Amino acid sequence: MLKLKIERAPAPVWMRSLIPIIAIPVTFLITSIIILLDGANPLTAYYHFLISPLASKSSAIEVLVKSTPLLLTGAAVAFAFNSGYWNIGAEGQLYAGAIAAAWLGMILKDVPPYLGIPAMVLGGFAAGMLWAFPSAILKVKLKVDEVVTTLLMNSIVLNVTSFLLNGPWRDPVSMWPQSPEIASGTVFFKLIPRTRLHFGIILAVVILIITWFVIKRTSFGLKMRAIGLSKEGAHFAGIKVNKTMLTVALVSGGIAGIAGAGEVAGIHFHLIDAISDGLGYSGIIIATLGGLHPFGVGLAALFIGLIDTGAQTVSRAMGVPVYLGDVVQSTLLLVTLSLFLLQNYRIRRVK
Amino acid sequence: MDITLFLIGLVAATLRVATPLIFGTLGELFSERSGVLNLGIEGTMFLGAFVGFAVAATTGSLWIGLLGAIIAGMLSGLLMSLLSVRLGVNQHVAGLGITLLATGLSLYSFRLIFGESKIPPSIEPFPMLNILPESNPLAPITNQYLLTYIGIATIAVVWWVISKTRFGLQIRAVGENPEAADAAGLNVYAIRTRALAIGGALMAVGGAFLTLAQLGSFTFGIVAGRGWVCIALIIFANWQAVSVLWGALIFGGVQALQLRLQTLGFKLPYELFLSLPYVVTIIALTLAGRNASAPSALLKAYRRE
Repeated sequence: MLKLKIERAPAPVWMRSLIPIIAIPVTFLITSIIILLDGANPLTAYYHFLISPLASKSSAIEVLVKSTPLLLTGAAVAFAFNSGYWNIGAEGQLYAGAIAAAWLGMILKDVPPYLGIPAMVLGGFAAGMLWAFPSAILKVKLKVDEVVTTLLMNSIVLNVTSFLLNGPWRDPVSMWPQSPEIASGTVFFKLIPRTRLHFGIILAVVILIITWFVIKRTSFGLKMRAIGLSKEGAHFAGIKVNKTMLTVALVSGGIAGIAGAGEVAGIHFHLIDAISDGLGYSGIIIATLGGLHPFGVGLAALFIGLIDTGAQTVSRAMGVPVYLGDVVQSTLLLVTLSLFLLQNYRIRRVK
Repeated sequence: MDITLFLIGLVAATLRVATPLIFGTLGELFSERSGVLNLGIEGTMFLGAFVGFAVAATTGSLWIGLLGAIIAGMLSGLLMSLLSVRLGVNQHVAGLGITLLATGLSLYSFRLIFGESKIPPSIEPFPMLNILPESNPLAPITNQYLLTYIGIATIAVVWWVISKTRFGLQIRAVGENPEAADAAGLNVYAIRTRALAIGGALMAVGGAFLTLAQLGSFTFGIVAGRGWVCIALIIFANWQAVSVLWGALIFGGVQALQLRLQTLGFKLPYELFLSLPYVVTIIALTLAGRNASAPSALLKAYRRE
């Protein structure tokens, strides 16, 4: 007779990549409950959620537009998490990048695009690094927990943003609190005319590939992963743990900063209070869902972009509140997180 | 005189602003002393604000609304326990996930129940107590909401529970050294689960104060980062129940002061004032060194072998 035994041992690698795929139907099963509460048919809802956005060209492009910043915040978070630096601050670093981009857009009046666009990218990167710096340096020098400090830095930058928008940067001709429109030379060019798809997505994909290369193919990446597995072990292996972690934390912040610069330069052309609305926190969902692997992150970002777009389609088609998207995203995060525990177990035949 | 009136108004407003922070921070205190950093606090406060409001609006009873918020908060704490205690997943990510889920569920349900009306629905909130007659100049200070008094009393109760009772000793034991607590025959999972459930309930009461007492209505920005302020306050209070009062009053005082100065027509960069508690906390962390007095097992999942 066939006897199976569950034991605590690393599951095979293919299990790891299977987990997010199992998590998706489980999540939909759970969230069906709240769709039923609305008296709607979950199957129809999920049709509008997942299929409708891809059915027309314009909404499929919108999925890519929504995914653009998510690819970057996901990459930023995954980069840091790979070496065990818990950067919860991608949201704030994104805002810092957006502030820098709005500022560059104000001062670079007649700049040509071939200078303006790189300036926006570098400016966003630098500002994200700058905003990540206090938490990073406190972590490596004084062992101050980065989770709390990166979280608090998010709250601070939100206040700074609304200070700038209600005070010195307020556009006098606008009804809403927003900064002046950025110079035309700093605007990210459109990839497809009359859509919102812009240069940022190419940038995001390139950055994702670079992070993959760094993590998986360089000695620096090897050090990163060693630290992620065990700081003590890495230290005994002769790795400069603090120096590596500082670099990782700053680069992670910089990538999130580029996401913010992209939202200003490619979508809004102003700094606004709601420039992000949780893109940084979605980055944590995406990094987890993608198993911290850059290509996994790429797929996860597209999927979350689909959910964000789909939530609007569902809402328009069936009157289900658009916040269904938030519920699905967060449930997916918690389900994936729980299912990842399965990778610590394997099933073995007992003779 | 004018300055006296100003000060009386300031103290009165300080107590009001501090109330939700007191409840939230005490809730986080329970979680963290048992060894679990619960970043679900922001969402749990939001959930408490929503459920309190929705239940009160449908049943017509503010007290049933408060009870509803308490139950919702406990459920949120239990979910955190399932994830971070039973399953042992990463505490920060689980906590943030709960914040996102609780916020999303509240917004979704609010739209389901109240629709998309232009005028936000409202209820008749708790009245202020009438301890001193209106004519007494100190009336604005004493005539607070009952929940404010309950909040201050809860500080004493939490101090007593944590430092004087058997249950408090158990919470501290699993928060400092779960292995030893387990060896001594304590059930680490069960104790952490209880601490998280109580903590969640307190957080939700903090949120419900906003809808059931202070405002009488539910808006999407109602909690506005108060949960993160509580995460800061607990460090500021060095994980001690009594110090929570001082932390909450200092923060409440700064906020009340900037609001008052603004209404008097002073042009203040008030957004920068609002950042002060965060900056102060980061400095406090730097000076004190977080690990000095944080529960030793904070952030570490415990797994029985």
